[in-house]
Amino acid sequence: MITETAPPREVHRRRLDEGVIRNLGLVGVLVILVVIGIITKPELYGDATWVRNNVFTILQQASAIGVVTVGMTFVIIGGGIDLSVGAIIALAGVWATTLATQSYGAAGMIFTGLVVGIAVGVINGVLISYGRLVAFIATLAMMVAARGLAAQISGKQTQVSANDTINGIATTKIAGIPLLVWILAAVVVAGWVLLNRTTFGRRTVAVGGNPEAARLAGINVKRHTVLLYALSGLSCGLAAIMLTAQATSAQAAMANLYELDAIAAAIIGGTLLSGGRGTIVGALFGVLVFSTITNLFAINNLSTEVQNMVKGGIIVAAVLIQQFRYRSLTQLLKR
Amino acid sequence: MPALTRRRVLFGGAAVGTGALLTACTSNTPENNTQVNTNAGGGVNAAAGQKVIIGFSAPAADHGWVAAITNNAKAQAATYSDVEFRAVAAGNDAAAQRAAISTLISQKPTVIVLLPHDGKELNSAGIEAMKAGIPVVNLDRAFPSANAYRLQIKGDNFGMGIAAGTYIGEQLKAKGVGNPVIGEIPGIDSLELTQERSQGFRTALATYGFRVANRRPAEFTADSGQTAATSLLQALPKMDALWNHDDDQGIGVLAAIKQANRTEFFMVGGAGSKAAIDAITADNSVLKATVTYSPSMASSAISLARLIGQGKGMSDLVELQVPKEITLASETITKDNAAKYAKLGF
Repeated sequence: MITETAPPREVHRRRLDEGVIRNLGLVGVLVILVVIGIITKPELYGDATWVRNNVFTILQQASAIGVVTVGMTFVIIGGGIDLSVGAIIALAGVWATTLATQSYGAAGMIFTGLVVGIAVGVINGVLISYGRLVAFIATLAMMVAARGLAAQISGKQTQVSANDTINGIATTKIAGIPLLVWILAAVVVAGWVLLNRTTFGRRTVAVGGNPEAARLAGINVKRHTVLLYALSGLSCGLAAIMLTAQATSAQAAMANLYELDAIAAAIIGGTLLSGGRGTIVGALFGVLVFSTITNLFAINNLSTEVQNMVKGGIIVAAVLIQQFRYRSLTQLLKR
Repeated sequence: MPALTRRRVLFGGAAVGTGALLTACTSNTPENNTQVNTNAGGGVNAAAGQKVIIGFSAPAADHGWVAAITNNAKAQAATYSDVEFRAVAAGNDAAAQRAAISTLISQKPTVIVLLPHDGKELNSAGIEAMKAGIPVVNLDRAFPSANAYRLQIKGDNFGMGIAAGTYIGEQLKAKGVGNPVIGEIPGIDSLELTQERSQGFRTALATYGFRVANRRPAEFTADSGQTAATSLLQALPKMDALWNHDDDQGIGVLAAIKQANRTEFFMVGGAGSKAAIDAITADNSVLKATVTYSPSMASSAISLARLIGQGKGMSDLVELQVPKEITLASETITKDNAAKYAKLGF
C-alpha cells in the first residue's frame, strides 16, 4: 500500500513546488519592476500617498483585463482558446449602454451585459463542441462578427453612460480600496476555488489534458466545453460593465486586442497553451506584470513602442523558462 | 431522464425569455445631429440648377468622426433638390474601396466625393475616375498626384497642434506659470495625422519656451483614453495643462480625471464634438477649450461637388470655378465663442 501511494504523492509535491517557483519568479519580476521605478523616479516613490495611489492605479488598470484573463485561463486549461473576448466585451458594453437598455437602470444594464456575454460564450461553445469547429476558427469568426454587430447597434458612435450607479463603480471605494479591485479579488478567489476545489475544476483539467480519457472516464466533454466558453463569456460581460464604468461609455472599438493581452497573461502565468495545466494565481501575476510595466513606462515618459517590445520579450522569456523547467523536471523524474 | 427533460425545457424557456427581453432592449435611437448648410442666406448658388449625381464613398470605420462624415454628406445632399446622392460601401480596406470606386465610375455620376482609406493607395482610383471624365473631390486624405483630383478639401492637422499649443501657451503665460508641466494624449501614434498634430503642438509650445512633460497615446476610443489618462495623471502628480487630440477618446480622459479627483490643470480637446462643446459651455470640468477638425468638411464637399457638377464658381470669389485645394483652418473653441460653434459639434 505504502509503496503504491508514495510515488504519486512525490510527483504531486514536485508539481506544486514548480507552480510555487514559477509564481515566485513572477513576484521577482514585479519586485524588479518596482525597484527600477524607485531608482528612476525616487521623487515620486518618496511620497507615501503617491505610492498608495500608484498601487491602486496598477490594480484598477489590471481589473477588467484580470477578470477576462481568469475566464481565458479556464478555456485554455480546458484545451481551447477564446480569441473573441475583446469583441464580446465590445458587444456586451454597447448592448448595455443603448438608450433603451439605459432606461432600465443600472440593474438592467448589468443584467444585459452579463447575459450578452454568456450568450455569445454559449454560441462559441456550441459551435466548437457540437459544430466540431476548431476553437481558433470559431472564436476568430466570433471576434469579427461580434464587433460587427456592436458597430451596427451603436451606429459606430460612442455611447455615453448617463447612469451614475454604473459610472460610480469606477469611483466607489470600500474600506479604502477601490470597488474595481474588490471585484478583481472576488473573481480571482472564485476562479481559484472553482479550479482547485470543485469537480468542475477537476473536469476542466481532465478535458484539457486528454479529452478522450476524460470522455471514457464519464465526463460529458461537449457540455463541459460549452460551459467553459460560457464562463469566459460571463467574465467578458463583467469586464464590459467594469470598462464601461471606467470610460463612462462604450463603443464597438473598445477593449481592442484584449484577447492577446489575456492569452499572454495566462501563458506567462504558467498556463499550458495545449491545455491540461494552469493556475489562476499565475494568471493574476501575469496581468499584474503587464500592468506594472505600463505604469513604469508611463512614469518615465517612455514611448509605447518600446513598451510593446519589452512586453513581447517578457512573453518569450516566460515561455522559454517554462519549457526549460518542464523539460528538466521530467528528466529529473525519469532518473 | 424526465427530470433532465424538464430542466432542459425550463432552461430553453428561460433562454427564449431572455432573448425576447434583449430584443426589446436593442432598439436604439441615435441622435441625428448633422452639420449642414441650409442655404438660408439664399445666395446665387442656392437656386436649383442642372441635375447633379454625386457618387460618395467613405470607409466603414467605427469611429464617431467618420460616421459624422457620412451622415453630413447625406444630410447636405438632401438639402438640394437638384442633387442625387449615391453612396457606395467602401468596405474595410483600400482594395475594397478601389473596387467600389470602379463600380461607381461605371455608373457615370457627375462628380465623385470620396474619403479614401489612404490617399496614396487610392491615388490610382482617383486618376481612373478623372480619366473617365468624372471630377473627383478628395475629402481629407490627400492624393499624391495632382491629376487624381479636381478638388481637395481637408483639415489641418499641423494647424490643429499649433492652435492647441498656442492656446495653452497663452493661458499659461497670462497666469505667469514659469516652468509648466504639460501633458499630451494623442490618438493612434502610428498614424501620420497624429504625428503632424504632435509636431504642431511641440512647435507652438517651443515659441513660449515650453515642452511636453509626458505623452501617453490612446487609440481614439474612450476606454483607451481612460487608460492613457490614468497613466498620465499618475506619472504627473501635478500638471498645468493637458492636450487630448480627440474629443471621442476625451470622454474617457475626462472620466479618468474625475476618477482621480484632479482639478489643478486645464485641458484642451480636439476635433470639436458636441459633448465637448457642451462641456466647455457649461464650464464645470477641466475642459476649457477644443481645437476643431470638423467633419462639416463633408457637407462643404457636397456643396462644392454640386457647384463643380454645374460648372459654377463660389459666388464670393471672382473665379468662375471652384478652387482646387481648400484646407480648413483649425479654430479654437472656448467658452466665449462656444455658442457660435454649437451647431458645428458632431
